[in-house]
Amino acid sequence: MLARRRVSHGELSLGGKIVVYGLLLLGLLLFAFPLFWMIITSLKDLGDVHKLPMTWIPNPIRWSNYAKVFHDAPLERYIVNTVAYTAVTMVAVALSSSLVAFGFARLRARGSKYLFLLVLATMMIPPQVTMIPQYLLFNKFNWVDSYLPLVIPAFGGSAFIIFLLRQFYLGFSRELDEAVKIDGGGFFTIYARIILPLSIPSLATAAILEFMYRWNDLIGPLIYLSDGSKYPLSLGLSNFTAAYAATPWNLLMAASIVAVAPPLLLFFFAQKYFIQGIVITGSKG
Amino acid sequence: MNSAPAAAEPQIRRAAKKKRNPELAREERAFWLFISPWALGFLLFTGGPIIASLFLSFTDYNVIDAPNIIGLKNFVDLFHDKLFYKSISVTFYYAVLSVPFTIISSLLLAVLLNNKIKGQALFRTLYYTPSIISGVAVSFLWMWLLNPDFGVVNSLLSQWFGIKGPGWFTKPNTVIPSMVLMQLTSIGGTMVIFLASLQTLPSDLYEAASIDGASRVKKFFRITVPLISPVILFNAIIGIISSFQVFTQAYVITKGGPDWNSYFYVLYLFNTAFAQFRMGYASAQAWILFIIIFALTLLSLWVSRRLIYYEYDSKR
Repeated sequence: MLARRRVSHGELSLGGKIVVYGLLLLGLLLFAFPLFWMIITSLKDLGDVHKLPMTWIPNPIRWSNYAKVFHDAPLERYIVNTVAYTAVTMVAVALSSSLVAFGFARLRARGSKYLFLLVLATMMIPPQVTMIPQYLLFNKFNWVDSYLPLVIPAFGGSAFIIFLLRQFYLGFSRELDEAVKIDGGGFFTIYARIILPLSIPSLATAAILEFMYRWNDLIGPLIYLSDGSKYPLSLGLSNFTAAYAATPWNLLMAASIVAVAPPLLLFFFAQKYFIQGIVITGSKG
Repeated sequence: MNSAPAAAEPQIRRAAKKKRNPELAREERAFWLFISPWALGFLLFTGGPIIASLFLSFTDYNVIDAPNIIGLKNFVDLFHDKLFYKSISVTFYYAVLSVPFTIISSLLLAVLLNNKIKGQALFRTLYYTPSIISGVAVSFLWMWLLNPDFGVVNSLLSQWFGIKGPGWFTKPNTVIPSMVLMQLTSIGGTMVIFLASLQTLPSDLYEAASIDGASRVKKFFRITVPLISPVILFNAIIGIISSFQVFTQAYVITKGGPDWNSYFYVLYLFNTAFAQFRMGYASAQAWILFIIIFALTLLSLWVSRRLIYYEYDSKR
């Protein structure tokens, strides 16, 4: 019965298969084209870039464009800044959120229900509302033109990730808790020995959501950082053309590839967590 | 003798309460310790700033001089501000084009990818991959693809079809459609959400429809669309909210031009706050943004009660 069902629902006729493959391959050409063209342009000579009618194959192939972008702009500095910044915020958000989620999921306290509603309510507030007072606060702390205003709030966790992890922790069995208690362990032992190891996969998903946000964020660095040597890739790249009279498209595409390569590499190695992140985000509603 | 146990009972209960209390108190202390990162973060970076922002919106604060309370003047000024209306209409225009465009294209793609064919997993990965690249790099990429003079799109239009391509980001009436078009390769996330929901649909309905001789197109409109309508609504709400958060594309590609025609709401807010340092006025703009997003969310939920088919969802 089950087997028959499957056959009758999903199977396509030969004609249907050809149509589906045809459409998928055609669509793929369209989807892959921007990235393909980015690479082609990054290997062209500047004269080649402005040649009309346009050419498909770079002639000559200018691998030196990549050396040139590192020479023209301190890309390696931007990379170090971005990697350090995203790494710290990823870990901070994932760990803080999991501590808070554990508190809400496992520990009884008066008013915890209302506090949790408050956590959910903060998700409704657009970041633009808190952006201005935050800037004034950090300005008072003398933190402007440093990474502190971007990094420190991450230690408060993220409301959305707290919400996700709490749901997850509510589903865990409490049987092991008793064993820890008999051994004389406290709540932190339960968290560190039982909950944390079990939640590594969901923490990885949370960390990747945070990574993608931080890697691409422009407005935060734009507000707080003015010293060029402190720029992350997003801000550095947005200022890349400032040093040239006319936009050198081949170099700009080479620099852009440098900026998108790390997320792409991460995606190929941690695909599962990316997809999980989206599905979780989508099933919230 | 008879009354003794009755009298003893409250005592026992009190004793039991006393005995439980230290443990409960310990648990409560642990609770506050565990949630302290959020609690501190909330007070300093969310709750405090919300109150401060509300206060600032009634002042003329400009960072240099002490703030003066000016009542509702910022809000009154906003309603006479031509750029405010322009930025709202630009943002709405973008939302009206981009939300249906993104939803329809990602749903069609999800339906195609839901067919049981060889290489399904590979296709899904390949279609998702372009949405990994975003932010500044993807803005520059589309700026180059749609460059009016040397961009590949206009070159191919003239070489293959003999058409003179449009000015894309450089012309007032094509700038917003161009920004919508650049969303095409980043529909991967929405597509994955649709795929996940398509996979939960019951096959018996499709079988019954097949027996009745319904075509694929009919099954799509009569079964698939109604069943996943809650997911469509969810993606529409997210799409509307993110339209009101557009910043990077506008800042990098057009700076709001040509002639304010891509002056998105958040770009205007950003310039008011961090180029002109009119913090009071910008705070008022932020609260209007909050009200718009809140109202749109409520509106979509209200619409959903009337139009959306939830029966399948509640059975789950």
